[in-house]
Amino acid sequence: AAARGCGGVWCRAWQRGTGGPAPRGHRAIACNARGGAPPFPACNLAPWVPVVGLEIHAQISSNSKLFSGSQVQFAAPPNSLVSFFDASLPGTLPVLNRRCVEAAVMTGLALNCSINKKSLFDRKHYFYADLPAGYQITQQRVPIAVNGSLSYSLCTDNKMSQMVTKTVRIKQIQLEQDSGKSLHDDTRSQTLVDLNRAGVGLMEVVMEPDMCCGEEAAAAVRELQLILQTLGSSKAVMAEGQLRVDANVSVHHPGEPYGVRTEVKNINSIRFLAKAIDYEIQRQIEELENGGTILNETRAFDSKLGCTVPMRDKEGKQDYRFMPEPNLPPLILYDAKSLPANVNHQQVVNIDWIHERLPDLPRVKREKLVEQYGILPEHSFTLLNEDGLTEFFENVVKQTQMKPRKVIGWILNDLLSYLKEHSLTVKESPVSSSLLADLLNLLEKKEISSTAAKQVLAELWKGKGKTPLQIVKEKKLELIQDQKELEQICQAVIDGQENEVIMVVLG
Amino acid sequence: QPVAAELLAHLERLALVDFRDAEGVVRLQRVIQFADRLHEVNTDGVEPMDSVLEDRCLYLREDDVTEGNCAKELLGNAREKVEEYFVAPPGNIPLPKLEEGETFLQGS
Repeated sequence: AAARGCGGVWCRAWQRGTGGPAPRGHRAIACNARGGAPPFPACNLAPWVPVVGLEIHAQISSNSKLFSGSQVQFAAPPNSLVSFFDASLPGTLPVLNRRCVEAAVMTGLALNCSINKKSLFDRKHYFYADLPAGYQITQQRVPIAVNGSLSYSLCTDNKMSQMVTKTVRIKQIQLEQDSGKSLHDDTRSQTLVDLNRAGVGLMEVVMEPDMCCGEEAAAAVRELQLILQTLGSSKAVMAEGQLRVDANVSVHHPGEPYGVRTEVKNINSIRFLAKAIDYEIQRQIEELENGGTILNETRAFDSKLGCTVPMRDKEGKQDYRFMPEPNLPPLILYDAKSLPANVNHQQVVNIDWIHERLPDLPRVKREKLVEQYGILPEHSFTLLNEDGLTEFFENVVKQTQMKPRKVIGWILNDLLSYLKEHSLTVKESPVSSSLLADLLNLLEKKEISSTAAKQVLAELWKGKGKTPLQIVKEKKLELIQDQKELEQICQAVIDGQENEVIMVVLG
Repeated sequence: QPVAAELLAHLERLALVDFRDAEGVVRLQRVIQFADRLHEVNTDGVEPMDSVLEDRCLYLREDDVTEGNCAKELLGNAREKVEEYFVAPPGNIPLPKLEEGETFLQGS
């Protein structure tokens, strides 16, 4: 059963040292996946319940920007992808990109949201050099999608043999503009501004605070990333800034009201997301147990030091002076029932049309893999987790008589570990699916042993262009099939070990 | 009803406007009085309107690249630039802290 929130409990174990207790925070009890009250910690300290909520900004995968026709592209000459509107020159107006609307609808449907057939645009005002208009166009009052959910899986131990499904509620998804980029030049006391990113379409996915630790947040974000990539609505590559995650973290005692929360920003990878959240939970617990208070502040994650630090430039509470965007009428979406007759299809976004064309989501893909090939659920997770691995696996299965249940072992244990060791992607593998299939066929036909197969694979990795059969012949790894020859070998061994034979015969 | 000094100070910090002097504040108060007359209209049961465009169709553009590539023109207006980047002061310059009771208003 899917459990929402984990009831995970943290407590500090007091380390009995020479000078009295030296507090060292650690996670005493792993998040109780089955829900219900977790066991009381052995150390008799009041347990803490961490609360984690995420705000995720996913850059929409589109050719042009949300409200203008300039190109969306990572790493281009500064200010070369900027239109007059993006630079906020007077007299320019926003014009909504249909592709961005479709991307948001697709994502909303994939996350089980209600799509608002009428949504509105607003202005959020604040001053910053990379926001030339002085406001961001967003959807604060009525966003395009609300009330969804995201299911993700966690392994309860490191071996992935026990997977548990959890759910986090999606509060809303809204369309908004990205800002430009600021490069801080502290030596010359100036900021360099590149507006290439200003105006690029974003989907902000707001999750309810249903998570309790870094591991859950990381798993949820990973699943969201896979969904977005499957839909094609966002490439969601964190390293290229296409997926940005801010975490809201607080702690409280069970039964008491939620504690003050901090916002953690500047997290550049899923691994760092888990670290940043766990550090912040730790920091808050230690602060509170030492009698301190938590400030409602924004903190940045320092990946080198592995800690969060207060961010400068964030003075107190911001008043964003939200107001309706006067230049944009409401966004109206249609479905099969409400679609007006005689309509220009280019001007209409039909929710049902999009729904019918949604691809299989990761969860469904995994279920199909398990059903079709008889592999374990955790295998399907690994297959989907590595770009191109599923296709590789399926190609091998097509070309070999070996059962998929046996093939998967070679894919996940041998192939994948080689790739990881040499930091290669599946696409960069020197061993192609056909080569591996050839090798597995030799094994299946009992022409070689599995030990020999591993030797051949090691040779194949060198990528010298030899086929498995050639390597087997060169290294004389063939299994001997001739009965007489086998008898001769066994007899020779027995003859050569007279003493041992006598001992065996005597028992 | 005069506008509270606190609210004036808050507005000045947020919007970076400068009401400058007592005359500016009086003008502001007159503007608010004028706008307050909207309350004379009975709006019971009427949906609020935030744009005269509310019945218009929101035009949807095709996802084609039609603009950009004009860095030279855009930077032409910039007072300072560094290799095709706009130059701005470092971060937000915080407004000077005010003593209690002080405002940015001169002559008030």
